[in-house]
Amino acid sequence: MVMSSLLAGPAILAAETSEAVHHSDGGVLAAGAWLIVLVPFLAALAIMLFGKRLPRRGAELAVAAVGFVAIYGTVLLLTTWFGDGIVYEGAVKIGQFGGFEIEWAWVVDGLSIMMFFVVGVVSTACFVYAVGYMEGDIRPTAFFASFTLFAGAMLMLVSAANLIQLLIGWELVGVSSYLLIGHYWEQKENSSAGMKAFLVNKIADIGLMIGIIIAAVTVGSFTISTIMEKVVESDAALDDVAVVIAVLLFIGAMGKSAQFPFHVWLPDAMAGPTPVSALMHAATMVTAGVYLTARMFPLFEHMAHEALTLALVIGTITLVIAGLLAIVQNDIKRVLAYSTLSQLGYMVAAMGAGAYTAGLFHLFTHAFFKSLLFLGAGSVIHAVHSNNMTDMGGLRKAMPRTFWTFIIGSAALAGLPPMAGFFSKDEILASFNEGGYPIVLALGVITAFITAFYMTRAVSLTFFGEYKGHGHPHESPAIMTVPMLGLAGAAAVVGFLNVPGITSSFYNLVTTRLVPHELLGEHATSFDFTALALGLTAGVLGIIIGYRLYFPDAATQEERDRLRIPVLWPLLENKYYIDDLYMNGIVNPIKGPVARFINWTNSYIFDFVVNMVGVSTRGLGRFVYGGLDQRGIDLAINQAGAGTGYLGSKLRYIQTGKVQQYAAALFGGALVLVIGFWISIT
Amino acid sequence: MTIAQFLVVSAALFSIGIYGVLIRRNAVLVLLSVELMLAAVNINFVAFGSYFADSTAGGQVFALFIITVAAAEVGIGLAIVLLIFRNRASANIDELDALKW
Amino acid sequence: MEWFDNGWGLSLVVFTPLVGALVLLAVPKKDEETAKWLALFTAGVSLFFAVVAAFRFDFGDAGALQFGTKLDWIPAIGSNYEIGIDGISLPMLVLSAFIVLLSIVYSWDHWPEPHNPKGFLILILFLATGMAGTFVAQDLVLFFIFFELVLLPMYFMIGIWGDKSKIKLPGFNKEVETRLYASIKFFLFTLFGSAFMLLGFLALNFRGGSFSIPELAQMGADGQFTGTFAFLVFGALFLGFAVKVPMWPLHTWLPDAHTAAPTVGSVLLAAILLKLGSYGFIRIAIPILPQEAKQWAPAIAILAVIAIVYGSLACLAQTDMKRLIAFSSVGHMGFVMLGISTLTPVGITAAVIGMVAHGVITGMLFFLAGSMQHRYHTRDMARLGGNLKLMPILGGMLGFTAMASLGLPGLAGFWGEFMALLGSYQPLEGLSLGVFRTAMVIGAIGTVLTAGYLLWMLQKVNLGEPKEEWDGHEFHDVDRYEMAAWVPLLISIVAIGVFPKIITGAANDAVQSLMDKAF
Repeated sequence: MVMSSLLAGPAILAAETSEAVHHSDGGVLAAGAWLIVLVPFLAALAIMLFGKRLPRRGAELAVAAVGFVAIYGTVLLLTTWFGDGIVYEGAVKIGQFGGFEIEWAWVVDGLSIMMFFVVGVVSTACFVYAVGYMEGDIRPTAFFASFTLFAGAMLMLVSAANLIQLLIGWELVGVSSYLLIGHYWEQKENSSAGMKAFLVNKIADIGLMIGIIIAAVTVGSFTISTIMEKVVESDAALDDVAVVIAVLLFIGAMGKSAQFPFHVWLPDAMAGPTPVSALMHAATMVTAGVYLTARMFPLFEHMAHEALTLALVIGTITLVIAGLLAIVQNDIKRVLAYSTLSQLGYMVAAMGAGAYTAGLFHLFTHAFFKSLLFLGAGSVIHAVHSNNMTDMGGLRKAMPRTFWTFIIGSAALAGLPPMAGFFSKDEILASFNEGGYPIVLALGVITAFITAFYMTRAVSLTFFGEYKGHGHPHESPAIMTVPMLGLAGAAAVVGFLNVPGITSSFYNLVTTRLVPHELLGEHATSFDFTALALGLTAGVLGIIIGYRLYFPDAATQEERDRLRIPVLWPLLENKYYIDDLYMNGIVNPIKGPVARFINWTNSYIFDFVVNMVGVSTRGLGRFVYGGLDQRGIDLAINQAGAGTGYLGSKLRYIQTGKVQQYAAALFGGALVLVIGFWISIT
Repeated sequence: MTIAQFLVVSAALFSIGIYGVLIRRNAVLVLLSVELMLAAVNINFVAFGSYFADSTAGGQVFALFIITVAAAEVGIGLAIVLLIFRNRASANIDELDALKW
Repeated sequence: MEWFDNGWGLSLVVFTPLVGALVLLAVPKKDEETAKWLALFTAGVSLFFAVVAAFRFDFGDAGALQFGTKLDWIPAIGSNYEIGIDGISLPMLVLSAFIVLLSIVYSWDHWPEPHNPKGFLILILFLATGMAGTFVAQDLVLFFIFFELVLLPMYFMIGIWGDKSKIKLPGFNKEVETRLYASIKFFLFTLFGSAFMLLGFLALNFRGGSFSIPELAQMGADGQFTGTFAFLVFGALFLGFAVKVPMWPLHTWLPDAHTAAPTVGSVLLAAILLKLGSYGFIRIAIPILPQEAKQWAPAIAILAVIAIVYGSLACLAQTDMKRLIAFSSVGHMGFVMLGISTLTPVGITAAVIGMVAHGVITGMLFFLAGSMQHRYHTRDMARLGGNLKLMPILGGMLGFTAMASLGLPGLAGFWGEFMALLGSYQPLEGLSLGVFRTAMVIGAIGTVLTAGYLLWMLQKVNLGEPKEEWDGHEFHDVDRYEMAAWVPLLISIVAIGVFPKIITGAANDAVQSLMDKAF
């Protein structure tokens, strides 16, 4: 009897699968999309448990898992593209708190499919690359387990159909980044960098958590589509708190997407191995904030314009200050890190300007070319064993594949046509222009210039001139260069997915959602030539000036430059003027005091505040413990005990041991009683 | 005779007993004083027993019990005093404060 | 299985360990193997029946008392042997039997000085009966007896097998042995609370004419206990339970007791004993005195958030690893109490899952700290470091458990914290929104502080290069007994995190029906 009931099991523990909430099409493919999340998690677990016994220490499982995701994502992408567009939500109930259902729920719509694809493809490239890069590492198994967990956490985040699962993915991304950044935890700087990333994110997560709580309590559900229904209905209760919710959610997004003033963790996160930086800066982690804003965009757009304005301001500040910081860096990875910050600023500002598609498109293209750049940087670092650009130079000949792919990536980042970054950045600038934000547009354009400038500088210092390091650098093995070539191909072509007026594939993709299109921002149907000209000019200008400044043998280059650019004669006419102006009026001040000042504020104001908060909290902790707890409350408790003992020590003198005294007391007591009785009777 | 006369004698005897117990230093005398107190109690019992004309003669019976108990008590008491005297060569109860704190 | 449902099943869960302990008394002291197997067997039987109860439990009717019985016990005072479990007791009952079994497995090869496995095991089994009994008792006298039954074994465990080092206390001239100070402090503190609790129970009996918890709850829901009487009774119960939880500022026994206790003692203390207090709030104080609970709720919420922040800050100042974990319990139980103080189904279900999660997570942390002390012979974090390098598996488990402890989503600790915060955004109608929402924000800040001290602890203990003093030392990584005791805990941390229905499936309905009756 016992056994049979044991075998039957408690019925309640069986997971109830709720009906797929919404069906469009996609069938089995969409219904099984939970595999995208589950496979990396299972792989991470398997690597942790058995990785050490495998021939490649678990790397093969990791690559297989993300490869599966990439293939699944691609198939989904193609299906939705050539079909009617998949919009699907599946859910499994996993718990209930009062009236709140907790579900593992996955949403398969244009937005999540786009992210599946990006995360899958970029992760696969980074993972394959990491197999080569981490060859001979001290802890490959731990690395690949955390790395797979990282990808899986991001996939859980983007597949989340409810806010609580989003939060779970969100924090898991944070913790796996902590593990990866601190991968070389023997050095304290590295583990501190991991802690910094985790804690800064955690602080911002207070906003996210409270935002989710308010939204869930107001709507009565964690499910995003339910919240969106209320948004569409213009629900009065939600409208009352929408701005609060949106601002709080955006604070969370600022943390993950490293927006000012939460940006301090990202440059330090370079302590991790380079493939981690590549993935973290491209497809996972930092894009989470932008993704969250996009996922909740109808709420922002329809009910909380104030929050959008905040996003615009924050994004703009970030893109400017981060771009400036990138100029003064000598560490090649830091240049790229600051450029990521700056590009994230573009995305966030685009969201703030109401340009949902533009922001996401930049996220999409940026993922490819930024991961490419990091992988290239990693390849260089792998060859010269230094992060410092002053130890490099002249690697063009020694590492041709790295060089060319790096060039493609830099061109894309600098916004040169026909690379992907050109189209996406242009669309963002256009959205600033059309939205009527001239200041933001100006700052965006300036930053585009700065971007091109520092990338040119990085390329020049790394690949041209004489080699200044030690040893003889060689091209990296094929397992590292092939992923780079693949990403370079993608960085070159994905921009054509969304050419205003010509193709709108990307727009159609990311607006394939349950919410009506008009809540997902405007879509440009033709080029905004003002923005295009401004952006392109800035990019080219940046490259020119960077080239002028940093290319070896600049003197002769100067002559060649003057000959080569007669097409843009108005610009050419002003060339020296601009050159001088930039050199003496802008570049030197920017390169010198201004950038140093920004760098100084970064180190001495923001970092300082972060550190001081940490230090003073420890001090407060000491005070609370030492002063209040030990000397206050505890003392009182101990004194109560000691007091009882003291009283006893005084009272014991009554015990004289003299029988007659006891007897006297006895009779005296009896007498008192007798008198008492007497009085009470009479 | 009235009951009061017996009670006066009994009270006097009892007070003398208390005086002896509290004041005397010699343990034997203390024991004798205790006997006096018991005798006072006996007088009370018998007097009341007769006064209330108790059909079961409870007062008198109790007096007999007390006499028995007193004998036993004095026996044990004297034995203890004797032992103490042998060990310490003194029967002064002021010196006996082993129970002191 | 008729017999099982009629009270025998639960009685077996509760009393098998007691019988085992009595049989153990007859086992010769030298025959350690027999003692160990006997203890393991009785704990196993207890867990087995607890699991059977979980499987036979009617989850569709989780709010009702099941497997119960009511037999005459002490008719003179109207107390009965009344037992039964609902969806709130069930997880706690299984948890306590589970932790006891794991403690015995862990002890197999890790006897604290002065050795004597027989005595140690007898104490564990006594504890097991007391803990399980508290969770099944439905009669106030019975509850009180079981509640107090755990005191003595724990007192002896700390006092005999505890830390022998001397400490200097403020307010005392002489140094005292840690174990003596801690055990006495623990005992007196708890007894102090229990005295008030007993007063409360008696007062309820005088007014209500019964010791039966369900009957009293019915009277409470009908509004029979009101006015100053009810206010004072709730105060008395509050003191009794709050000491056990422990709530700020009644917590100071906890760090000392944890620091001094042997590993298994700390584990049982953290995993189960603390839950007796919060369980008492949910089972007795709130249902019987709902209107008073409403009056006291804001105060409880404030004390709870103070505990959260205070505990976390105190953690940052610790140098002793076990003491740090002990202070972290103060913070975590703060979240549980915050959930309870909201008086909503969300909050109280969060508290139940928080209790179970804290049980497995902090239990695991104390196991790990104990094993580390066993190997390094120190708990001073300044001397530790690079643990992950010296003992990769143990270090990895420590990292994992610390992550679980800081409330990482996807692991057990998250649900209790997050849902308690959610509950305090919208507490029971009539409670002050201002107080509770402020509490929510402070609690959320507390999660950051929690992450801060745990990561700091990990950095000091786990990461970096090992200190020079350990050069040349051979450290053996996790042995098989430790593995056998820990892996089930790690699995349950993940399982509860991924599939909270394990707990809420039973608890939520029970809490809901409790709340429906009370308010």
